[in-house]
Amino acid sequence: MAAKQRLVLIGNGMAGARFLEELTSLGGGEQYDIVAFGDEPYGNYNRILLSGVVSGTHDPKDIFINPLSWYREKGVTLHAGVRAGWIDRDSKKVYAPNNIGETYDKLVLATGSQPFVPPLEGLTREDGRFKEGVFVFRTLDDCSAILAYAQQAKRVAVIGGGLLGLEAARGLLKQGLEVHIVHLTAHLMDAQLDPSSAKLLQRAMESMNIHVHLEKSSTALLGNECVSGIGFKDGSRLDCDMVVLSAGIRPNVDLARASGLTVQRGIVVHNDLSCRNDPNVFAIGECAQHNNVVYGLVAPLWEQARVLAERLSGKNPQAVYRGSRVSTKLKVMGVDLAVMGDKDPRHEEDEVVTYVEPSRGIYKKLVVRDGKLAGAILLGDGQMTPRLLQAFDRSELLPESRSELLFSLGEQSQKLSVADMPDDTQVCNCNGVSKAKLLAAIKGGARSLKAVCDATRAGTGCGSCKPQVQAILEWAADGLVAEDPSVHYYVPGVPLTKVELVRAIKGQDLRSVSAVFAVLAEGREDAASKLGLASLLKTIWGKDYEDERDARFINDRVHANIQNDGTFSVIPRIYGGVTSPDQLRRIADVAEKYQARMVKITGGQRIDLLGLPKESLPAVWQDLGMPSGHAYTKAFRTCKTCVGTDFCRYGLGDSTGLGIQIEQRFQGIESPHKMKLAASGCPRNCAEATTKDVGAVAIEGGRWEVYVGGAAGSKVRKGDVLCVVDTHDEVMQYMGRFMQYYREQGKYLERTYDFVERVGVDHLRQVLVEDSEGMCERLDAEIQAAINAYVDPWKEADHPKHPAQFVRELAVVED
Amino acid sequence: MLTASETGVRIYNLGPLEQVPLGEGRAFLVGSTPVAVFRPRNGKVYATQALCTHKGGPLADGLLGGETLVCPLHAYRFNLATGQPVGHECSALRTYAVVVGPDGCIRLALP
Ligand SMILES: Cc1cc2nc3c(=O)[nH]c(=O)nc-3n(C[C@H](O)[C@H](O)[C@H](O)COP(=O)(O)OP(=O)(O)OC[C@H]3O[C@@H](n4cnc5c(N)ncnc54)[C@H](O)[C@@H]3O)c2cc1C
Ligand code: HEM
Ligand code: SF4
Ligand code: FES
Repeated sequence: MAAKQRLVLIGNGMAGARFLEELTSLGGGEQYDIVAFGDEPYGNYNRILLSGVVSGTHDPKDIFINPLSWYREKGVTLHAGVRAGWIDRDSKKVYAPNNIGETYDKLVLATGSQPFVPPLEGLTREDGRFKEGVFVFRTLDDCSAILAYAQQAKRVAVIGGGLLGLEAARGLLKQGLEVHIVHLTAHLMDAQLDPSSAKLLQRAMESMNIHVHLEKSSTALLGNECVSGIGFKDGSRLDCDMVVLSAGIRPNVDLARASGLTVQRGIVVHNDLSCRNDPNVFAIGECAQHNNVVYGLVAPLWEQARVLAERLSGKNPQAVYRGSRVSTKLKVMGVDLAVMGDKDPRHEEDEVVTYVEPSRGIYKKLVVRDGKLAGAILLGDGQMTPRLLQAFDRSELLPESRSELLFSLGEQSQKLSVADMPDDTQVCNCNGVSKAKLLAAIKGGARSLKAVCDATRAGTGCGSCKPQVQAILEWAADGLVAEDPSVHYYVPGVPLTKVELVRAIKGQDLRSVSAVFAVLAEGREDAASKLGLASLLKTIWGKDYEDERDARFINDRVHANIQNDGTFSVIPRIYGGVTSPDQLRRIADVAEKYQARMVKITGGQRIDLLGLPKESLPAVWQDLGMPSGHAYTKAFRTCKTCVGTDFCRYGLGDSTGLGIQIEQRFQGIESPHKMKLAASGCPRNCAEATTKDVGAVAIEGGRWEVYVGGAAGSKVRKGDVLCVVDTHDEVMQYMGRFMQYYREQGKYLERTYDFVERVGVDHLRQVLVEDSEGMCERLDAEIQAAINAYVDPWKEADHPKHPAQFVRELAVVED
Repeated sequence: MLTASETGVRIYNLGPLEQVPLGEGRAFLVGSTPVAVFRPRNGKVYATQALCTHKGGPLADGLLGGETLVCPLHAYRFNLATGQPVGHECSALRTYAVVVGPDGCIRLALP
C-alpha cells in the first residue's frame, strides 16, 4: 500500500468540519493522515444556531455537531484552540505557536470570516480592548459574553440592520432588554430586500417593540470604561449600556495573502476549488471567492465541501463546483421572511409579479426571467415558500398562471405538492437532505418531527424547512405521527400563534375550551393547553365565556391550594391585612375543629390554614364566614399595607385605608399571572410597595406614587412609577387601568415585571396616563365590568358545581 | 368486555358514570385498593392506581387531555390506556379494566 499523504485543514468551522465529515465518510481516512487547526477551542458547532442561543431557544450544548471525541474516532489530529500562523508553500509546511509545524501534501483553507468592525471613535479602551459592553456576534464565545452582559444591561443598540443584526436584536429582546437597531441606509436588510418589503419588515420588528433608527451613521461610542451611548454623524446620540456590532463580515484572508496566494475579496479558486496559483492548496467556505462571488451562507459551502471531498478522496476526481443559487430565511420568531436570488429585475424583459397586503404585513414578489424564477421576496406568509424554493433551486419552468405561485389552493394542494415532489428534491438546504432520505428515515421508524430530524439532520441547520419535513412526515407516516408541539404556538396543542388563535376564536365564536379543541385542533384535546386556553377565552369573552371545570387546575376547581401530600391550604381574605378579634377567634376555632396541621402568617399579611382535606373545604369556608383570599389562582392576591397615618409617626398617607379599599375593589380579578399589591404610608416603604406587581407609596404633599412591575421573588425588580396622583380614587383608577391592560396584553403566565419590561413603561404612561390610544375609557369600563361580575368562589360551599366537586373518594357499590 | 371467569378477578360496581364530572377524574376505594377513575371528553373511561409513581400525587385531581393524564403536583404525564410514563422515567401506573354497563354504571375489574 502506498504511503499515506498528509492533508492539513486550517479552520474548523462550518465548512472545514463539514469537509472532514464528507472526506472521512468517503474513506479519506485511509488515504490521508489528517491534521486540522481550529482557532476556537471546541470540536465544532452549528454557527447559525447562535441566533437561537442568544434568544434562549437553544442551549449552547445543543448546537455542537461534532465533539472533540469525534475527531479522535475518525483519526483526525485536531489542534483545538490553535491558530495557524504561517504557511511556507515552498517546504509545504504550516506553522503555529508553541513550535507546532505540520507538513502537507494537500492544504485546505476554511478560515471563514470575521465581523467587520467599523472605525468608531472611542471604540476601545487604553489597553486596546473593546470598551466594556461592546460586542461582536460571530462565535460561541461572543454569544456567551453577550448573554452574560445582557443580564445586567437595560438598553442595547445593535449596529447594523442586516440579517444577522435583526436576529441578534430579536434574541436580545427575549433576554428582556430594550432593543434598538441602528442602520446606515434607509432600509433594513437592504442587501436582500427592496424598499417596500423592507418597510413592512421594519413594521413587523417595531410591533415587537424593537426601535429602528434608519440612515444613522455611527461615528463614536460614548462612555469611559463602559459604553454609555452611540454618537452619530448628524450630531444626535442614542443612550445605551450595551452595543452589538453587526455591520457585515470580512473574509479571513491574511494568512493566505501572506503566503503569496492570489487574494482579491476572498481567496480566488477555480472550479476544482484549488487556488489560482497553487494546485495543492484549496479554499472553501466564506474565505473563498469563486467566479467573483464570496458567499456568506451555509448552503454554498456544503456544496463546496462535498465537491472537494469527492475530488480528494478519489471518489469522483472530476467533481466540479459551479457556483450556488442562494436563498435565505430570516430566523426571527414572529416574522416569516424568505428571500432568494435577485431582489429586483435586471433586464428589461424580466417580469415582476407582486402582491401586497399591508394591513397583514404580507408582501410577495417574484422576479421571472425566461419563464424561470430568478428571485423572490416572501414576507408575512410562508405558505408558498417551499414550492418557490424548489422552483428556484431547480430552475424550473414556471406555470403560465403566476397566481398559482403566489397562493396555495388550500390544504389539498399542499398535500399534493408533497406527494408530487420528486424523490431527489432537496428539502433541507442547510444539510442537503432529500425527500428520499426523509422517506427512508420514516420507513425506518422515525415517527415524530424530532426523530426524523435527528435521523437525517434535516431541520438542524436554520430549521426553516421543518414545516415541509413535517408535511412529508404526515404524508408518509399514514397517521402514525407522534405529537410534536411547535414552539411558535400559543399553546402546544393548537397549531396557531396567539394572533391567529384569537382571530380564529373570535371569527368562529368559540366560547369554551372543548370547542376550541373541536374546531381548531381536529378534536384532539391537549391537557397542557387547557389552562392557557381557558385564560385566553376568559379575557376574550368575559362573562360569556363557557366555563368548563375540567379545563381548570385542581386549585381552581376547589378554590384552595393543593399541597405536596394531596391536602389543601385555606387562606381567607383579610382586607389590607387588617383583622379583628372576632375574625381571629373564628379562624382559631376552625383551625382546631378541622385539625389544620399548621397555622401560618403569610408574607402577604394573611393567615394560612394548612393540611385540610378536600372534603372539609366547604364546611371550613362556612364556619369561617370570610371570603376567599384567592391565594391559589392567577388573580389579584392581596394588598399588603403598613399602618400609615393611623398610627405611624412618619405616616404621610392613609395606607391602611387605601389598601383595604384596593383589596375590596379588585379581589379575585383574574389575570395572566398573580398580582400582589401593597400600599405604604411614606417613602420608608415598610409595606414594600415598590417591589410589588402594583403598589402605592404616599409622598409629601398628600400625593401617591403608583408603581407597576415590581418584583421580589425569584426575580427582584424595582417597579416603575406609572404616575403620581392626589386621591385614593385616582390611585385605584390607574391601578385598574393597568390591570385591565395587563389582562388584555399580557401573555399567559407572564408576570407584570416581565410585561412592563416587554412593553416599556414609557409606552404604558402614554397609553394609560396620556391616553394616546384613546382606550382609557374602555379599559376603565372593562375592569369595572370584571369587578361587577365578581362572585366569591367560596359561595360554592352552599351551591357546589357538581355533587362530587369536593369529594375525595367516592363510595363503591359492591356487586 | 369484562368477564369474571378468570380466576381471582373480582368485578366492582362503582356506581353511575355521572358521579365523575365530564373531563375529570375521581378516586374510589375499591376493596382495599385506591383507584382513580377518569372520564375524559373522548367518551371513554379509564382507571389507574390512585397515587402518582413520582411522589404520590393524587392523580384523580389531575388534568386530562384525550388519553393523557397530568399529575397535579409536578405535571408529570402518563398514558391513561397503558399507564406508561410520557416524557419522564418514573415507573408506569397500574391500570384496571373498566366498562360502563347498560345501566350507566361503571364496572371495574380488580385482579
Ligand atoms: C449568528 C449567525 C447566524 C447565521 N445564520 C445563518 C443562516 O441562518 N443561514 C445561513 O446560511 N448562514 C448563516 N450564517 C452564516 C454561516 O454561519 C456562515 O456562512 C458559515 O459559518 C461559514 O462557514 P466557514 O466555515 O466558511 O466559516 P466559519 O464557520 O467562521 O469557520 C471558520 C473557522 O476557522 C477558524 N480560523 C480562522 N483562521 C484560522 C487560523 N489561522 N487557524 C486556525 N483556525 C482559524 C475560525 O476560528 C473559525 O472557527 C450565520 C452566521 C452567524 C454568525
Ligand atoms: C414609628 C414608626 C413605625 C411603626 C409604628 C412601624 C410599625 C410596623 C408594623 C406594625 C409592622 C408590621 C406590619 C405588618 O406586617 O402588618 C412593621 C413592619 C415593618 N416595618 Fe415598621 N414601623 C415603623 C417604622 C419603620 C421604619 C422607619 C422602617 C424602615 C425604614 C420600617 C420597616 C418595616 C419593615 C421592612 C416591615 C416588614 C414588613 C413586612 O413584614 O411585611 N418600619 N412596622
Ligand atoms: S411606610 Fe412610612 S407610614 Fe408606613 S409604617 Fe413605614 S414609616 Fe410608617
Ligand atoms: S407526584 Fe405526580 S408528578 Fe410529582
